[in-house]
Amino acid sequence: MKLSREEVKRLALLARLGLDEDEVERLREQLSNILENFEILQQVDTTDVPPTAHSIALENVLREDEAGPSLPADQVLANAPNREEGFFKVRAVLE
Amino acid sequence: MDLCRLTIHEAAQLLRRREISSLELTQAFLDRIRKVDDKVRAFVTLSDALALQQAKEADRTIRLGDGTPLTGIPAVIKDNICTKGIRTTCSSKMLENFTPPYDATVVVKLNACGMVMMGKGNMDEFAMGSSTEHSAFFPSHNPWDLSRVPGGSSGGSTVSVAADEAVYALGSDTGGSIRQPAGFCSVVGLKPTYGRVSRYGLVAFASSLDQIGPLTKDVTDCALVMNAISGHDPRDSTSLPDPPPDYTRSLIPDLRGLRLGVPQEYFVEGMQKGVAEAIRSATVKLAELGAEIDWGVSLPSTRYGLAAYYIIAPSEASANLARYDGVKYGFSAQVAENMWDAMEKTKQHGFGPEVKRRIMLGTYALSAGYYDAYYLKAQKVRTLIRREFDQAFEKFDALVTPISPTVPFKIGEKVDDPLQMYLSDVCTLPINIAGVPALSVPAGFVDGLPVGMQIIGKPLGEETLLRVAFAYEQATDWHKRKPEL
Repeated sequence: MKLSREEVKRLALLARLGLDEDEVERLREQLSNILENFEILQQVDTTDVPPTAHSIALENVLREDEAGPSLPADQVLANAPNREEGFFKVRAVLE
Repeated sequence: MDLCRLTIHEAAQLLRRREISSLELTQAFLDRIRKVDDKVRAFVTLSDALALQQAKEADRTIRLGDGTPLTGIPAVIKDNICTKGIRTTCSSKMLENFTPPYDATVVVKLNACGMVMMGKGNMDEFAMGSSTEHSAFFPSHNPWDLSRVPGGSSGGSTVSVAADEAVYALGSDTGGSIRQPAGFCSVVGLKPTYGRVSRYGLVAFASSLDQIGPLTKDVTDCALVMNAISGHDPRDSTSLPDPPPDYTRSLIPDLRGLRLGVPQEYFVEGMQKGVAEAIRSATVKLAELGAEIDWGVSLPSTRYGLAAYYIIAPSEASANLARYDGVKYGFSAQVAENMWDAMEKTKQHGFGPEVKRRIMLGTYALSAGYYDAYYLKAQKVRTLIRREFDQAFEKFDALVTPISPTVPFKIGEKVDDPLQMYLSDVCTLPINIAGVPALSVPAGFVDGLPVGMQIIGKPLGEETLLRVAFAYEQATDWHKRKPEL
C-alpha cells in the first residue's frame, strides 16, 4: 500500500493533527512501509471468524444509578489552559 | 548493609524488627538517586518531600504495630499513572504541566498500604515505544550498559528498580511495556490478566490492551505487590469481579505436576543465538525442577500478532488521544486563526513523532474504505490468536518463551526505523491481544547483557506464573547479579 501525500494530509485532517511538509513526507514513507508489511494479514482465512473487541469480555456491567461525590469545579478547572468564571474557555465554534 | 539492595520482603522484616526506620531507608534511596540518576535517568519527577513525609508516617504506623508488607517501602510510579498533586506527564510535552486532581486506584491502594513514593518513572511518550527513547524529555539508560536502551515503554520504572533507586515500581503494559524492559534490565515484571488490576487513573493508550503491573527485584516481591494492587474496582467497568487470591501462597519451589509448553513460533527468524540458547537452557532447568515440558508446541497465528497489534493498538490510541485538544488540560497552542487551527497546532506541537505516527496509522485503519480490510480484519485475527491460546491451555498450565529476540540494543540504533523498533515486542504483543497474564523473570546473560524468560498463563493464571518463576529463581542466581554503576 503506497500512500500519496494527499492521502496523508487527508488523514491528518481527520485526526485534526497539524503536520509540516517534512512530516507529511516522512509519514508517507513510513506509513506506506508499515502498511505494506501488514498486508500479511490478508493471507489469513477469517471466514466465519467473529471479531474480538475485548479479550476478557464482561457483559452488561451495570450499577445503580446513584449520584456519588464529584471533584470540586476549581480542581477540575485547575489544569485548563483558558478558563473564565468557573468555565472552560473555548474559541468560537461558529464563525 | 546496603539498604538500597533490599527486596520488599527483606526491608519489611528489618522495618518490623525496628532494625531500620523507613526514614533511614528513604534517605538511603534519595542519596542513591543523587548518586546514580545522572547516569541512568529513571525519573521525570522526584517527589522527595512527599517521600520523606510518607516515610515518617510509615514509621508511626510501624511503631503502633500496624502496617502491611509494603509499609514504608520506597517505590516509583510510571508517569502515566495519575498521582494527586504530583505532575503526571506521560513523558509528553502535551502533559508536561499536568497535575492530576485525583489518584489512580492503584495509587490509592498502595498509599493505603503505606507506600513511600520516590517519584515518577520516565517512559516512551504515552507508553508508545520499546526503548524509552520516545520520551519527550530524555532517554533512560540501561544500568547494565549505559550506551544501551533499558527497553520500554516502562523504562524509567524498570531502571529505578534495576539501579537500586527504588525497591519496586509500577509500570503499564499494552504490548510488552512491563515485560520487555524487565527482561532488558534483569528484574521481574508481570502483566496481569486484562481486568485483574484497575485501570482507573491510568492515562489511556489502547484501552482493550492496557494493564498495570509490578516491577520488582524478585518473584516474592511481585506477589506482594500483586496482593496490594489486584481486585475489582467499580470505577473500571472492565475490571474483573473475581476476588484475588493471596499470591504469596503460590511461591512453591517445586514444579512437579505442572505441564509447560514451549511454542516454536516465539523463536523468531533473526533471533539472537545467545538469547535462544539461554531460554532453551532455562526450560531444561524447569524440567529438572519437576515440570513436564513439551518443546514442540505450535501456535501458528503468532506470526500475525505484530500486524494485528499495530493496527488494533494505534486505532484505539487515535480515538483515546483525540481528547488532547488544548481545552480541558494539557498543552494548548495559543496563537491560532480559529478553533480548528488551534486544535491542529496543539497536537502538532504537543505530540512527538511516534505518537503522531500511531495516531495517523490508527486513523487510517479506522477510516472509511479501510476499516474492514485493516481494523476488522485485525480484530478477527485477534480471535484466532486468542483461540490458539485457549487450546494450548487445555494441555498446558503455562507456556515459556523468550521476552525479546535480542539483548538490549544501542541507544539510537532503532529510533528512526519504526518497524525494527516494533519487532522488539514480537514475543510480548500476542499476550496483550489475548488478554492473558505473562511474567518476565531473569534467565541469564549474553555478553554481560540480560535475557528475560517469559512465562504465559491462562486468564487469571497469575498464581501458576508466580510458582514457575519462583521455582526457577530459587534454583538460579541471575536475580542476585547487580549492574555496576
